[in-house]
Amino acid sequence: MRALGVLIAIALALALQTTLARVLVGGTAALDLVLVVVVYVALTSGPVTGMFAGSLAGLVQDALSSGIIGIGGLAKSVVGFLAGAIGQQFIVTAALPRLVIFLAATAVHAALFMGLYVLLGLRSFPSPWAAIVSQALGNAAVGLIAFTLMESLPGMVERRRMKRRL
Amino acid sequence: MALLDIRQRTGYLFIGLTIGHIVLISAQVTTERGVPVLEAVAFGMFAEVQRAASTAIGGMQASWSDYVALQEVRHENERLRTEVAQLQVRLQQERALAQHARTLEGLLKLRSDAELPTVAAAIIAGGASPDFRTITVDKGTADGLRADLAVIAPAGVVGRVITPTARAAKVQLLIDRNAAAGALVERSRAQGVAVGTGGALRLEYISGAADVQVGDAVVTSGIDGIYPKGFVIGQIESMQRGQGAFSAIRVRPAVDFSSLEAVLVVLTQPPALDEGP
Repeated sequence: MRALGVLIAIALALALQTTLARVLVGGTAALDLVLVVVVYVALTSGPVTGMFAGSLAGLVQDALSSGIIGIGGLAKSVVGFLAGAIGQQFIVTAALPRLVIFLAATAVHAALFMGLYVLLGLRSFPSPWAAIVSQALGNAAVGLIAFTLMESLPGMVERRRMKRRL
Repeated sequence: MALLDIRQRTGYLFIGLTIGHIVLISAQVTTERGVPVLEAVAFGMFAEVQRAASTAIGGMQASWSDYVALQEVRHENERLRTEVAQLQVRLQQERALAQHARTLEGLLKLRSDAELPTVAAAIIAGGASPDFRTITVDKGTADGLRADLAVIAPAGVVGRVITPTARAAKVQLLIDRNAAAGALVERSRAQGVAVGTGGALRLEYISGAADVQVGDAVVTSGIDGIYPKGFVIGQIESMQRGQGAFSAIRVRPAVDFSSLEAVLVVLTQPPALDEGP
């Protein structure tokens, strides 16, 4: 059941990413919603699920992009594994630790993704810092909102039920 | 129980998965240049999902707009507000129709001016990854599209078709880091290559003795065998000179890629001037 939920979340993130990209394609403040889902899954389900979610999401994203299939998969599976491992070792229920994890996850992902492309001599990324920082901030904001929404949803439903009973 | 054991061997799984990815990447890097089968199949299947997602999100936006409009109407004078709302909706529709007509008019004018066989296509999705500047259009091989056909808009060059499927095609935008086009400075006819940087363009291989100024228009030279000659690429925004040669010439693209709705795909390719006999 959890695996199905993860698959649906990845598919939704991809669909939303491809729709949002039409608006954001000209600018530099791009979001990686698929990465946000991978980090969310890793923090809530652990390193193994995070790693597989990252691998699957990255491979699909690679297949839909014009890049090498596997580079995004590798970068996202490493990020999913690390985020899940950190989530198991430390208490990351407050907003600040989560913010730090989303920022760090985006930085690690960018380093692996761009590093592999540069290492293989396939692409160059002259001065990518502004794009990485803006993407990290965007991903962190979306991730924190997603956590807040997912955590407040059961309480809201319960309160509504109680009101109806009264 | 066996599944539990596998889940406990996290380290082995991580190493196995990483090796799997590296093998996958290596296999592609050493193959000949072309579209991988996995990419073509996945893209072909997901193009339909993208089409459905685009339609669903459009429907949700329309429903949400209607709901907000209804809430506003409830709080104000009913009859007057209804009339105003209706007029506003009509105005929006007229504006949208006028905008759409202007877009089509621009495409028609471009089509007649260019005197090239073209097919009009609507954009149905953007790129799946923010690191690649691509779009998906709603025309494919069934409409005559094939790889390496030029894609243009009234403002200028958009990019080239890279992955056509039966009913959709992926287009690499000219600003993508892997994209390039033969270019020349329109005023002085100095030749170079326009290379994508992810958000803008860079003009490379321009001779240090060439006459180049800020504000000069840059157009396609037609030597790459993809883009027809004379289409606008952009305008020189800034340039730096180092020891006689140009070290960096930045070009602002003529096309606003964030507001593209429809494009023309040129169905013929110009002969590449650098091709051998």
